[in-house]
Amino acid sequence: MGAKGSLVLEDGTVFEGVSFGCPRSSTGEVVFNTGMVGYPESLTDPSYRGQILAFTYPMIGNYGVPKDRKSNGISTVFESGSIHVSGVVVSDYSKNCSHWNAAMSFGEWLNGNRIPALEGIDTRALTKRLRESGTMNGSIIIGKGGMERSRNPIEEVSTEKPVVYGRGKKRIALIDCGVKNSILHSLISRDVSVIRVPWDYDIFSLDFDGLLVSNGPGDPKRAHAAIENTKKAIELDIPTFGICLGNQIMAIAAGGDTYKMKYGHRSQNQPCLLEGTKRCYITSQNHGYAASLDGAGNEWKTLFTNLNDGTNEGIVHRTGRFFSVQFHPEANPGPTDTSFMFDRFLGMLK
Amino acid sequence: MKPKKVLLLGSGALKIGQAGEFDYSGSQAVKALKEEGIEVVVINPNIASVQTSEGFAYRTYFLPITPFFVEKVIEKERPDGVLLGFGGQTALNCGLALDESGVFAKYGVRVLGTGTDAIRKTEDRDLFKRELLSISVKTPKSRPVSTTKDAMEAAERIGYPVMIRAGFALGGEGSGVCKTKRELESRAKAALDKSDKILVEEYLGGWKEIEYEVVRDAEDNCITVCNMENFDPLGIHTGESIVVAPSQTLSNSEYHMLRELSIKVIRHFGIVGECNIQFALDPKGEDYRVIEVNARLSRSSALASKATGYPLAFVAAKIAIGKALIEIENSITKTTKACFEPALDYVVVKVPRWDFNKFPKVSRRLGTEMKSVGEVMAIGGTFEEALQKAVRMLDIGAQGIIHNIDLDIEKELKSPTDRRLFAISLAVSRGFSTRRISNATGIDPWFIDRMRNIVEFSGKIRANRESLLQAKRLGFSDSQIAFFAGKKEGSIRKLREKFGIFPVVRRIDTLAAEFPASTNYLYATYHGKESDVAFNGRGKVVVLGSGTYKIGSSVEFDWCAVEAANELRNLGKKTIMINCNPETVSTDYDVCDSLYFEELTLERVLDIYGMENPDGIVVSVGGQIPNELSSSLSKNGAKLLGTSAESVDCCEDRNKFSKLCDSLGISQPRWSSLSSRKEALDFASNAGYPVIARPSYVLSGEAMRVIYDATELSEYLRENTKPSDERRVVISKFIENAREVEFDGVSGKGNVWKHVMTEHIENAGVHSGDATMVTPPQRLPKSVRDDILGKSKRLSKALNISGPFNIQFIVKGNDVSVIECNLRASRSMPFVSKVIGSNLVSLSVRSMLGMGNGISREKRIVVGVKAPQFSFSRLKGADPMLGVEMSSTGEVGCIGNDFNDALLKAMISSGIPVPRKGVLLSISGDERREEFLESARRLSGLGVDIFATEKTRAFLGRNGISAKEVSAELPASLDLAICIPKSSRKEELMRKYGIRRALADRNIPIITNLELAEALTESLSKIREKDAEIRPIEEY
Repeated sequence: MGAKGSLVLEDGTVFEGVSFGCPRSSTGEVVFNTGMVGYPESLTDPSYRGQILAFTYPMIGNYGVPKDRKSNGISTVFESGSIHVSGVVVSDYSKNCSHWNAAMSFGEWLNGNRIPALEGIDTRALTKRLRESGTMNGSIIIGKGGMERSRNPIEEVSTEKPVVYGRGKKRIALIDCGVKNSILHSLISRDVSVIRVPWDYDIFSLDFDGLLVSNGPGDPKRAHAAIENTKKAIELDIPTFGICLGNQIMAIAAGGDTYKMKYGHRSQNQPCLLEGTKRCYITSQNHGYAASLDGAGNEWKTLFTNLNDGTNEGIVHRTGRFFSVQFHPEANPGPTDTSFMFDRFLGMLK
Repeated sequence: MKPKKVLLLGSGALKIGQAGEFDYSGSQAVKALKEEGIEVVVINPNIASVQTSEGFAYRTYFLPITPFFVEKVIEKERPDGVLLGFGGQTALNCGLALDESGVFAKYGVRVLGTGTDAIRKTEDRDLFKRELLSISVKTPKSRPVSTTKDAMEAAERIGYPVMIRAGFALGGEGSGVCKTKRELESRAKAALDKSDKILVEEYLGGWKEIEYEVVRDAEDNCITVCNMENFDPLGIHTGESIVVAPSQTLSNSEYHMLRELSIKVIRHFGIVGECNIQFALDPKGEDYRVIEVNARLSRSSALASKATGYPLAFVAAKIAIGKALIEIENSITKTTKACFEPALDYVVVKVPRWDFNKFPKVSRRLGTEMKSVGEVMAIGGTFEEALQKAVRMLDIGAQGIIHNIDLDIEKELKSPTDRRLFAISLAVSRGFSTRRISNATGIDPWFIDRMRNIVEFSGKIRANRESLLQAKRLGFSDSQIAFFAGKKEGSIRKLREKFGIFPVVRRIDTLAAEFPASTNYLYATYHGKESDVAFNGRGKVVVLGSGTYKIGSSVEFDWCAVEAANELRNLGKKTIMINCNPETVSTDYDVCDSLYFEELTLERVLDIYGMENPDGIVVSVGGQIPNELSSSLSKNGAKLLGTSAESVDCCEDRNKFSKLCDSLGISQPRWSSLSSRKEALDFASNAGYPVIARPSYVLSGEAMRVIYDATELSEYLRENTKPSDERRVVISKFIENAREVEFDGVSGKGNVWKHVMTEHIENAGVHSGDATMVTPPQRLPKSVRDDILGKSKRLSKALNISGPFNIQFIVKGNDVSVIECNLRASRSMPFVSKVIGSNLVSLSVRSMLGMGNGISREKRIVVGVKAPQFSFSRLKGADPMLGVEMSSTGEVGCIGNDFNDALLKAMISSGIPVPRKGVLLSISGDERREEFLESARRLSGLGVDIFATEKTRAFLGRNGISAKEVSAELPASLDLAICIPKSSRKEELMRKYGIRRALADRNIPIITNLELAEALTESLSKIREKDAEIRPIEEY
């Protein structure tokens, strides 16, 4: 059995558990995810940068961690090159894993990446606490080790220099605030070229047909450069699509606002209603901030609304040329029902 | 457009492959439509079901689900819509037939929800595969054939082993794996006997079996509510498999690949409502096949509803009348909508329950055909915890997966039976590696390793805090812990209390705590530090449900539990239901104020009792499982409502009960409990043969038999039990040619408030659960009825009964003796309540609460007949002969103005049709033949072919009735067989076993009892099907 450890929330609540990852302490915003599969995808999703992630599904690690495979030089099993969470919290860690594609156990993977993890935690009690008090900071404390503080998380996860993928004629500039590999795959598989640039890159030095503003961690208001570039793209009438953080950036660029949600949406079962219809899609989500069209001009409309809590799930410009969604049409983890959003975006490129 | 009046087809009697889940789905549909102001007309002869309770639907017809009767009801009721998806395969097939014959069109009845074209495409294997091929979705390689020769050819092309599948069949009947040409030849032949077309298919043994429950509305919104993984690999029917929700061994890409395929397929077929899709998934890659789509509510959808809290049947009914998913409320949270996919933060394990001990000749081997008769569902924080709970819920005497019974490990692993879990745990403890067990069984190593955690920890259990907590988290019961730690069960509870080790109670909220739930759908686990509920409030009453369905305990006890909860609510009590059976209505979270989907064990009931602190507990409405907890609950300080535990004990203990009867001057057939062979033989010869023998220690009364002489008794004692002080054998005098009468009553403080007598049609010797019975009695003289009532009153007084009870009497001439007395609701309680129009359970509840006799007048005077439903065609090898052991899996009850009308309808409902083609007669012994002569004349008057075995044919010939000879091959045109043995001596029964079994294999209904045969032929001669009365219960 691993060393004893605990999760301490900023309100003083303590959950005792047992370490099954790297036996060291760490700090971060504590969030929960209700997805029942997809822990390798979630942990490598840059949007989780700096967060301590609790899984509400109780048995985690069942199918181990897959061997990496690549397509176009991009991993098809992980969402980025590393684990971004600063800690993992589960109820029951499955030390025995079984899967034809497993290269190692979940614990081994965490250990190899120096990520601390606790099992034996009442993750339901933790979730209720976060639901009632709102997301808060916390620390995994194992042994005596010191704690690390996170910097601007977008800076940490964005690419350092531009990278080009694919050979398609149409060129997409992708502002990387922490893009998931599945977004890249979703574009490349539709036969376009992708120029992935740092979050604060001067995109107008490039030649491109459409702009995609990616997902990413943290407060959208800290992504000034990305917001300014999005505004400019809209002014220049360049088709623009935002995903997750990209939706929030789009909202700010449109004159709207964003706010921190009480405990966010992190799950694979969020129902999103397409405005003006009775069609509702099941979506995968991971965000702690939400967009609002308050203050935006009346040429902006709501595109999707969350059926559970009524929050904004996407916005669209009157022309239809600039739009964004709060959910993840690229899935991984989660349902693939909204992949048509990529077709809609690429359909506008001339 | 919303319909005004909707006809709902039920599923009829419970049988293997189609059980209580359809009472759940039908009753949800009725609730959903009623809420919309729609009048619902229900046709269902399953009189013990909740959906046929008085006042539930707008109109209720206890009639057979056959095209003939359904058309009659349509003609009378003129509904504008019909629901076919809530009554299993029976309703679906009947609906398709009515659609094809143009009846729906003729009367302007719209099929609501999924259309008949879509249903046909999913039901016809050939069409199904072509449709999926057209959208590039893979199905197993296969060829449809209609002759054995073509089947052989197809198999050559596909390559052995191959799989045979019969279309339009319940629960995979007629399906099977064939490894050799010879196997294929005989299987194909058998399957083609029941079905015009069969499918020869590539065999995917060892692949994972995964199911998704999909909902789609008319707006094309499509969601998967739940996915489930079979613990057992493909090759074992999903109804025979342990099933886990959600899937455990699938990665994100596998989970969502299959999810995406599910939605693609369901959209393609144009399903509107609910459906189930089954996949085979390659355990070594991402290859898959779609196995089947059920375009209706199913056993799996009932399980998925209970597993997730998402009311699939309710939502499907709303969709059927045109509602969109986004317009339907999530009834658990009340704040979110039904358009979402539940997230579980627990694991659910379903385990089937078999009753092989009741059928000594049936192979225990599990395969592609369903043999289980019930199931349980357990919820836990880990697979280990849930699995161990589930094993206890089965009520088979096992405390968990470690259950030392004699078995051949290697053989069990290779050829799984109902004991495979125990074989795996034994294999682990004997040092088998996970890989070896997995290779032999085809079960994923993940499951084996989880079982290993349990087995390996069992040796480390100590009486300290950490060890106890770990043991509880692995699902060990106190009594198991006591066993491994060398202590007593009670002392473990005390230790737990000392260390503060208690389970926490959690809500099933469909959203993994993301939103607060307003519904108390609860389970207990040791994997938590705080409960979701506060346990405050007063005026709470606990009702114990029936637990698993099994032979002898089924939907009737669910009806009783639901009615008890309803009445308690009416009387202002807060109700708490405890039950663990996913096929029930009592486990719908809107039936009571709190639902604990939990074990019906002393330990768990005391846990809940301790936390909830209720006013009392009702143990008398859920059948034998709760009844047996009476004494121990009472001893541990729980307050039983109604009759005392001492009285219950007095009736359960033969010696005490006999003393009581003696003191009241009530006679019983002579009996004794004996501890040696010699004593047994001496007693039997003194009492006089025949006698009934049974071991006193076997669960659920197995191995009971009528014995005719000393040789048979010696043999019985040798084979079944070696009597000793610990293992006594009970022998009682068997009274031949006597009648049996059931007395169902409700008493208050010992006074009989209400009673109903029901008479068996068969003479004594047929188990009361297998007997056809009628109320009011048709042949009992008043003096006998008075005698029965008098004796019942004396017993009620002496036992100070407050609540329901049932006494079985045996009547020979004017002599009335008591066979047994149960101080609980009986199997016949829903039947008699509905026939007389007075709810005996409601009345019982009033009595239990110490209230006055408030409601009691009988509403109607009609004749009700209850008939058993058998599933012999499923139970390969079982002898379809009635006897003292119960073998029926369900029952029906019909009502008429006279006995013949009610009997005929009940017979047709239980699958015994009015013969139109041919009847086979095989009557043994001259005496029996003489007795049967009048019946034979009536049958020949029906104008159908009479076939007879050699001696019967000769006898009939001598009496001027011509019959055709039956050779080794059974005639093709048979719709009924009457096979009456000379006696139920073992050797007698062996003689004609072959023909009975051949008939069962051909799915031809058989009557094996002379009195029933006589009653049926009399009805047939007096009334024709077309003259049967078509009236809803509300009009009687």
